[in-house]
Amino acid sequence: MTRHLPALIIVIPLLAALVTAGSGWINQKAPFRIAVAALLFSFICAVLMLIQVITTGIAMEYRMAGWAGPMGIVYIIDHLSALVLVIITAVSTLNLVAQKKNIISEFKDKAGAFNALYVLFTAGLIGMTATGDAFNLYVLLEIVSLSGYALIGLGNNRAPLATLNYLFLGTIGATFYLLGVGYLYIATGTLNMAELATIIPQNMGSGVILFAFIICLTGLFVKMALFPVHGWLPEAYSQSTSVSAGLIAPLTTKVTVYIMVRICMTVFTPEYTFGHLDVSGFIVLLAIVTIVFGSLSALAQKNVKKMLSYIIIAEVGYMVGGFFLGNRLGISGAILHIVNDAAMTLALFLAAGIFIWKTGGESRSDLKGLFAKMPFTMAGFVLAALSVVGVPPTCGFFSKWYLISGGIQAGNYLFVAALIFSSLVNAVLFFRLFEIAYFEPFTEGHGHGGGSHGNSHHYTGVLAIKEAPLDMLVPFLIASMTLIVLGLYSGTIVTNIIQFAIPTGVI
Amino acid sequence: MESIFALVLAKANYVAYIILMMVGLYAMIVKNNLIKKIVGMTIFQTAVILFYVSIGCKRGATIPILEHHASPETAAHGAEKIVAHAMDAVNVTHYINPLPHVLMLTAIVVGVATLGVALALAIKVYNTYGTVEEDEINQQLRSG
Repeated sequence: MTRHLPALIIVIPLLAALVTAGSGWINQKAPFRIAVAALLFSFICAVLMLIQVITTGIAMEYRMAGWAGPMGIVYIIDHLSALVLVIITAVSTLNLVAQKKNIISEFKDKAGAFNALYVLFTAGLIGMTATGDAFNLYVLLEIVSLSGYALIGLGNNRAPLATLNYLFLGTIGATFYLLGVGYLYIATGTLNMAELATIIPQNMGSGVILFAFIICLTGLFVKMALFPVHGWLPEAYSQSTSVSAGLIAPLTTKVTVYIMVRICMTVFTPEYTFGHLDVSGFIVLLAIVTIVFGSLSALAQKNVKKMLSYIIIAEVGYMVGGFFLGNRLGISGAILHIVNDAAMTLALFLAAGIFIWKTGGESRSDLKGLFAKMPFTMAGFVLAALSVVGVPPTCGFFSKWYLISGGIQAGNYLFVAALIFSSLVNAVLFFRLFEIAYFEPFTEGHGHGGGSHGNSHHYTGVLAIKEAPLDMLVPFLIASMTLIVLGLYSGTIVTNIIQFAIPTGVI
Repeated sequence: MESIFALVLAKANYVAYIILMMVGLYAMIVKNNLIKKIVGMTIFQTAVILFYVSIGCKRGATIPILEHHASPETAAHGAEKIVAHAMDAVNVTHYINPLPHVLMLTAIVVGVATLGVALALAIKVYNTYGTVEEDEINQQLRSG
């Protein structure tokens, strides 16, 4: 059974996506249940595989249809991919459970199709993470992108245009990656990642390989919204529905960063990426610009979702910059931040989803007086915000610690300064929200505020507590508690998992 | 000058795909009409597909379909033919590389799916704004 886990983890959601689409016609509630069951199954598979990889210490290899090695497509579950698989499936499941009410109210009879897209998107991400074949990665990348376009395009009136722009840039990114794979194939004659990694070091001076590296990375940078090519992200994420944003915002950019780590370390090998090439400095510089730009743009936003989107761009800069510092501390920080940032972004977007559900507005001023109205939700939100700022017991602090230590070790003080600057800006951003939510009096919105419609509810002295519904609140609180758990166990994660994910050649 | 010409001629497939790719990229960035942008995107993707197809080619090679000489009648003709057939099968220089072509079957499917999603979104945009010209849409967004 455990032998087949790497296949089951993707096959089950893929089949479930097909079943989900049709099941909506038979039973209204079936799509949601099937989707949750499939995602939960994947989550259990991911946890089992992570445990197995940690205990045995060796990577699992699954040969699709029994074809071995370079001829067939293999799925590789090593420390890195097992960790990312757990986070993908956990985020996806939690978000779906938390936003059940949102799905019903937004999509009504189309919920079946929506759930199918949701599961398909997650299946694509799982495949991207597990695959050991460069071309297979492209196909799964496009599965993720296409279902992502559909998920975002289902948002409000302005969403289709934002999605179309995302689609143009996303296609450019994916096509560049495909082109890079083509050049790799010309130079090496293989698409298998493990075999590529043995051939590339023998031919480091090759211009074809250099071109492949540059074009692959450019494609991935477009996909993850690094500075000059970030334009699609804020519009697309802020116009989408809460459910889609809660799935896509925590996962897409993070998994793309994971793919970058995989391509640079497993395919091109660290000796080539950091030793032979002299591009790290330039990419770290791009990351620094991304961090500063993302933070400053976030300051200018009145819309909460848009502000969060710009924070995501800044966080992409953290991870890319940390990775290209090229030392063990920086890379550990980048990988740890993939996990932490996915959890933090999930918590933030779930909170935003609850605010929008309750108040009906997305603006900063819609948060007025919410501390008194929804104490539990706000407590979770504060936790998530503190984690983004980087306050000690939460996980955000620890990955930033690794990143900053890596920056100091590499002597790149500009990167360190950018990280600290961004943390300060995040503090300003979130404390501004707290101030609005804590001190300004509540004003009735037009959302699902509870049964008080039409009555006189202007006496703000007696505030009835109208907390978010339990099935939204509980997953959200689990997500925000995870931030503390991840923080407390970050040392364990680094010594037991991430340490083995980095090749021994990297100091 | 002559050497550059010779180089371009020798790498004609690369030159062709880069020109096509840039035509597509130009349309995606510069054009104002969303449908024209979508057409540009398709040209951009097709350029890479053509690139892949061209790298499978070999001089003097044929399509990679092996003929089965060893049917019941021909099997009786003795060992020479079988040996010749075995040599034929082993010699990869006689056949073009089918792998890039097979990969492109998948990429074509992806391209069609992308085109479908893009057109569906364009229809939604048209239904919302009554136009697919980007400047007119932006004008509406700014005024409304």
